[in-house]
Amino acid sequence: MSWTIRQGATEDARNRTFGPLYSRNARAVISRGLKATLGGHWLVMLSGFFEPVLFLVSMGVGMGAIVGAVEGPGGTPISYAAYIAPALLAVSAMNGAVYDSTWNVFFKMHFGKLYQGMLYTSLGPLDIALGEIFLALLRGMLYAAGFTAVMGMMGLITTPWALLMIPGSVLIAFGFASIGMAITSFMKTFQQMDWITFMMLPMFLFSATFYPLSVYPQYIQWLIQAMPLWHGVELLRQISVGTFTAATPLHIGYYLVMTAAGMLLTTMRLRQLFLK
Amino acid sequence: MHNEAILPAGTRPGSPPPSGTVITAGNLTKTYGGVAAVDGISFTVPAGESFGLLGPNGAGKSTTMKMIGGVTRRTSGSLSIMGLDPDQHGPEVRAHLGVVPQQDNLDEELRVRDNLLVYGRYFGLPMSYLKPKADELLEFAQLTDKAKSKVDALSGGMKRRLTIARSLINEPRILLLDEPTTGLDPQARHILWDRLFRLKEQGVTLILTTHYMDEAEQLCDRLIVVDKGRIMAEGSPAQLIREHSTREVVELRFGSERNTTIATELGGIGERLEVLPDRVLIYAHDGEGALEQVASRGLRPLTSLVRRSSLEDVFLRLTGRSLVD
Repeated sequence: MSWTIRQGATEDARNRTFGPLYSRNARAVISRGLKATLGGHWLVMLSGFFEPVLFLVSMGVGMGAIVGAVEGPGGTPISYAAYIAPALLAVSAMNGAVYDSTWNVFFKMHFGKLYQGMLYTSLGPLDIALGEIFLALLRGMLYAAGFTAVMGMMGLITTPWALLMIPGSVLIAFGFASIGMAITSFMKTFQQMDWITFMMLPMFLFSATFYPLSVYPQYIQWLIQAMPLWHGVELLRQISVGTFTAATPLHIGYYLVMTAAGMLLTTMRLRQLFLK
Repeated sequence: MHNEAILPAGTRPGSPPPSGTVITAGNLTKTYGGVAAVDGISFTVPAGESFGLLGPNGAGKSTTMKMIGGVTRRTSGSLSIMGLDPDQHGPEVRAHLGVVPQQDNLDEELRVRDNLLVYGRYFGLPMSYLKPKADELLEFAQLTDKAKSKVDALSGGMKRRLTIARSLINEPRILLLDEPTTGLDPQARHILWDRLFRLKEQGVTLILTTHYMDEAEQLCDRLIVVDKGRIMAEGSPAQLIREHSTREVVELRFGSERNTTIATELGGIGERLEVLPDRVLIYAHDGEGALEQVASRGLRPLTSLVRRSSLEDVFLRLTGRSLVD
């Protein structure tokens, strides 16, 4: 039984840092997720891909016919569809990551009893958290790749830089997934979960998704700039045309901090929730 | 059942018999918000024993199980599982444990065989080991022809057997069973008992909670009766019956209204008298003799029954008859 023996000196090292929280086996959680998806509800997942595409077609093509060209990053005029496409991608990265890390986790935690079973094995709660976040990111990456391909087919891509939108949306998803999971750890009822939806809809509508931030008075602009989605929209919009400014590292930094804070809070919460 | 004995490789044939103590609990305590769910219990379990925790709802059985598995931290006291403290070495302790929780928590999104494979992966076990092991366990749980079924399609008994099969995927040395047969029909219970008995024969240490006394008598070498977080009694089923009850019990029914009044006329018969709303119980070493004494006093019960004392009598004596929620 090599599996009991191969735990040794390295074991002590990790016990000092994460103790019973982590056993470096998030891949087992990941392979479970892939198996469950492929064996069951992969069709449902397609809806996550079509949502931004439908928005792009209706708003971009439909509204775009009335709006015409608009001012893109760096002042160059671009079509309305090309203007909103990266924003829709950022929104879809947010939605997917938040759904996966909140509703999905909430349900498995309280109703599916899935985590309860996992925690009676060698897995620790951090293995589960990392595994679920990885799955959310993988899914987000597939959606992003699909959406970027659609943009290409619609002639909305003019520079190879645009391919960087795919890792860009993974970064956005990472930020939202880690914060989402931390928030979910505080949730106990369905009613509380609805607050998450309540927060996300205005973010989607007002984060310079469909029109520039400059239409708002200054103090509203500050409020929106404090919110995470705006940074994602701006980042992907800049990447899509390959125009970068001094604000670009700021947008990336925002998500790096958000990810780190989310992971830290998640780990702290897991400690409180599972090591009681 | 007419299938061959297909043994899960819980212990390999020819391996030395298990020895030593696998669980030591000393003054184990767990409080939730100032209320003690487990209030200073101590016990040891030698390897290969089948050890039962009996008690009414809320006695602290499940909490004790959770502390053994390292999924709930103890408030105070000491606990050692195969020499390791589960609070410090949760994953390592659980590598040696198989857990059958009170409510099935099978992975409904996976098929039957995949439930075993994926669960094995949680222990970090390689697929080359898991594939033959999963087939062997399906055979053991009599679920081979359901390997590709969805979990929802299984009956309650099948789900329970799958949960037990799953708990054996890592060849645990200790199997924790929290009310393993609650909610099953008699056929399913007997099949399950048979499977558990085979595991015991192979040297797996069984720790089980139950409130079915027949189950405890069937499966447990030794047990503790727990109430309000404390140990009320400890011993083998036979020993407990000897110490806390008489050899036989006479059950008399005089009709609901008359039981109490007639009880005064039964004084002195048997060792002890208990008046319940629906019947009167006389605890006696010689049941027939006691019944004759009742008749000789001119009392005519509507029905009478002489039976052997059971663990249930011990249990009710120790934990009381009032309803616990």
